[in-house]
Amino acid sequence: MKYEAVIGLEVHAQMLTDSKIFCGCSTRFGSEPNTQTCPVCIGMPGVLPVLNKKAIEFAAKTGLATDCKISSYSRFARKNYFYPDLPKGYQISQYELPICEHGFIEIVVDSEIKRIGITRIHMEEDAGKNIHESASGGAGNHSFVDLNRAGVPLMEIVSEPDIRSPKEAAEYMKKLRAILRYLGVCDGNMEQGSLRCDANVSIRPVGQKEYGTRAEVKNINSFKFVEKALEYEIKRQIKVLEEGGKIIQETRLWDSNKGITESMRGKEEAHDYRYFPEPDLVPITVEQKWIDEIKASLPELPDAKSKRFASEYGLPEDDADLLTSEKALAEWFEEAVKAGGHPKAAANWMMGELMRLLNEENKFIEECRLKPKQLVGMLKLMDKGTISGKIAKVVFEEMYKTGKDAESIVKEKGLVQISDEGAIEKAVDEVIAKNPKEVERFKAGDEKLLGFFVGQIMKFTKGKANPRIVNEMVKKRLT
Amino acid sequence: MELYRLSISEAREMLDKRKITAKELLDSIYQRIEAVEERVKAFITLSKEKAYEMSDASQKQIDSGRSFPLAGIPLAIKDNMCTKGIRTTCSSKILANFIPPYESTATSRLINNGYALLGKTNLDEFAMGSSTENSGFFTTRNPWDIERIPGGSSGGSAAAVAADECIAALGSDTGGSIRQPAALCGVVGLKPTYGRVSRYGLVAFASSLDQIGPITKNVKDSAILLNVISGKDPFDSTSAPAAVPDFTKVLGNEIKGLKIGIPKEYFIKGMDREIEESVKTAIKKLESLGAIPVEISLPHTGYAVAAYYVLATSEASSNLARYDGVKYGFRASALGGGKDLMEMYMNTRAQGFGAEVKRRIMLGTYALSSGYYDAYYKKAQQARTLIKADFEKAFNSVDMIVTPTSPTAAFKSGEKTDDPLQMYLSDIFTISVNLAGIPAISIPCGFTSNNLPIGLQIIGRHFDEETILKAAYAYEQSTNWHKRKPNL
Repeated sequence: MKYEAVIGLEVHAQMLTDSKIFCGCSTRFGSEPNTQTCPVCIGMPGVLPVLNKKAIEFAAKTGLATDCKISSYSRFARKNYFYPDLPKGYQISQYELPICEHGFIEIVVDSEIKRIGITRIHMEEDAGKNIHESASGGAGNHSFVDLNRAGVPLMEIVSEPDIRSPKEAAEYMKKLRAILRYLGVCDGNMEQGSLRCDANVSIRPVGQKEYGTRAEVKNINSFKFVEKALEYEIKRQIKVLEEGGKIIQETRLWDSNKGITESMRGKEEAHDYRYFPEPDLVPITVEQKWIDEIKASLPELPDAKSKRFASEYGLPEDDADLLTSEKALAEWFEEAVKAGGHPKAAANWMMGELMRLLNEENKFIEECRLKPKQLVGMLKLMDKGTISGKIAKVVFEEMYKTGKDAESIVKEKGLVQISDEGAIEKAVDEVIAKNPKEVERFKAGDEKLLGFFVGQIMKFTKGKANPRIVNEMVKKRLT
Repeated sequence: MELYRLSISEAREMLDKRKITAKELLDSIYQRIEAVEERVKAFITLSKEKAYEMSDASQKQIDSGRSFPLAGIPLAIKDNMCTKGIRTTCSSKILANFIPPYESTATSRLINNGYALLGKTNLDEFAMGSSTENSGFFTTRNPWDIERIPGGSSGGSAAAVAADECIAALGSDTGGSIRQPAALCGVVGLKPTYGRVSRYGLVAFASSLDQIGPITKNVKDSAILLNVISGKDPFDSTSAPAAVPDFTKVLGNEIKGLKIGIPKEYFIKGMDREIEESVKTAIKKLESLGAIPVEISLPHTGYAVAAYYVLATSEASSNLARYDGVKYGFRASALGGGKDLMEMYMNTRAQGFGAEVKRRIMLGTYALSSGYYDAYYKKAQQARTLIKADFEKAFNSVDMIVTPTSPTAAFKSGEKTDDPLQMYLSDIFTISVNLAGIPAISIPCGFTSNNLPIGLQIIGRHFDEETILKAAYAYEQSTNWHKRKPNL
């Protein structure tokens, strides 16, 4: 039987607010344990939450960017459960009345646009972190609680079960991450946990309307695991059914070392969260005027920017998509074009050399020392014939490493292209004299050897000879 | 002169006119406490050192000619309001060692107005009860008869005021916890409109019902304290931005022509005859002052106790989840602590909480459970809405509503401890007011043949404490009940 997967994603995104959602503590990552806490986020007796308005704004921005309806009336609820990293014994979240509902995100799969529905986006507070001595290789069996993260604002973005393959899930995550980063509401770092993804996965025979029993896959803690974890889970479910078994509704943890999902089994799943409206906070009411203001303040988003890049700069769709996948990348590109760079040439250098060098170092473009103006400087030297394309690669890498201008690198390293015919002639003579056999063969009609001579001459001039002149000269001399 | 007998306004005048010093006043009260506390047992903690420090500072202010409404006035605070650096226990073993690093908004407003903190008063554990018998430490006695309970949960504060162990006190009221003990101890107790006083730093029992208010020797003192503690607080989102008038200004104004609603549902067959008579006589008194009694109906009154015990326990089950032994307060010891996290939780909470608190946590947990939520929590919210609407409708035709505060006078210790339902009915006349979020005051209106105080409850519109204070003051000034003192 042929099966199709039905996937819905629940994404938790840490909001980039300066302070926590219900108190004034800093949200900075990586500080000493429990240094960013106060009576409110520690859950001391008698303290009360006060909502950070920035959180509503960020959630509303995200809702508007994903075509959601922003609720004029929403409210918080308590989700009750015991855990040491949850200081109040309940998490303040939203339940019946979330801030955003009924939106969508468009992704491109196999050159087709597909719409993935967004069921809801709601706000909630993050929990702290438990640190176990045994797990971190320590000798003791103590557990410690760090509450720096407790109260950091989160958005939970819940998709409809519209996703049909691991590839679509990955595309959805990429697009969602890009939107969040464009808006500046989340840094999208899955490894550090500021973006987390849980997946509800089920399978059904192709053509069947009813959904199968779903499993929830948690702990997908890196971008590259989204596809892998889902592929594994789908295969697992197919195998269970084909062996005559039944899928159990359960929570499964992705183990990236083993490359499998494993059942969590046991008490931790049997939660009854006893949601009820949070009596310590008044309902959130937002006015249409405020929503309109937020809407007007939204930046150009990836889809719109990509379309504009294609039409305005004449870039192929794939190039436009890639260059707009990150706001900073798109900005870098546009700066280069503004500085007089040819769009397609700038795009090629960015997507080729620049991305390669950044990836090698695992760096973001924001951290790059090479500036768009400098790329344009190099492109101009190429246009003038001062350097060849081959030399340009050397110059580019040097610019990337040192942050120096192309011109000064070319000067310092003596990389100016040799267009002086006398100098090239000397090299041509030398190479011809050294390779009499090849000269014979060429003259006998083996024209493929032209490349060999050009290569030898370039090598002799350390790549500096103007390749056009070399070509012409070799042809002239040997025919 | 017995300075400890002074009211706030009397002490204010004497302090400002330099007839007495803040130290003399404080000395007198601590002497009084020394003399009677053994019998009354109103305080969990006395903060003598702190009190003298605060009192000295206020004396300097007074000497420099800059007095404040509470400068040098010694007050007692119910032990469920956080006081920075002073142990705050909620009468629970689970918080027996808890010293808050922060001050509640209500008490910081008292501090800003110059008060001296005498100590923290006893209550039913986490304010759950009507007699202080649920205190995790001891039961407070009623100064009128120490065989009897003072009411609750603010029993320690009410008893301290009645016994002149303080000039006045703060209590908190979730279902009657200020008014019922005030009635049973023969003093004045005011529950302000929900949102009038910030709840920041008040250890939560039921967040949508809890409200801090004064317990005082007379009506004027309640108005003075309400002036100080009221107002919007940026640390409590549910505190109201409503304007805060000077509540003492209306005292002495005529009540002629004001309509008093008498809800027929509050005068039922089988109620204590002495209470009924006292309240009816009080209504006559108000009538003689020019008020016009009108019989009204609050048809959903019968659902109040049930709705309250679903909502209050639901919120409590969540509010009390933080006492888990992880971060502060009591943790079951290493050996008894259990072999894993779950056992540590269970042993800590089993040993740390008393029986009534556990009963309410279980009730609330049940009411919020999936499958029961609609039948209990949601239904109770609907009943709450109807009860609120009853009052709104009534207030279209009357200016205030008068009822007994409590169905009985103070009962004997142990009399109702085995019957929680009977105990819950102690609050039958006060609970609806919390559900509706409106203000109400209890004032003395007579004594039983056993010489036990009886309380009259006057209920007002949302944010209209002025009318009930005005009426209460008019009644008080034309009677002598508030001048009687227990014989300790």
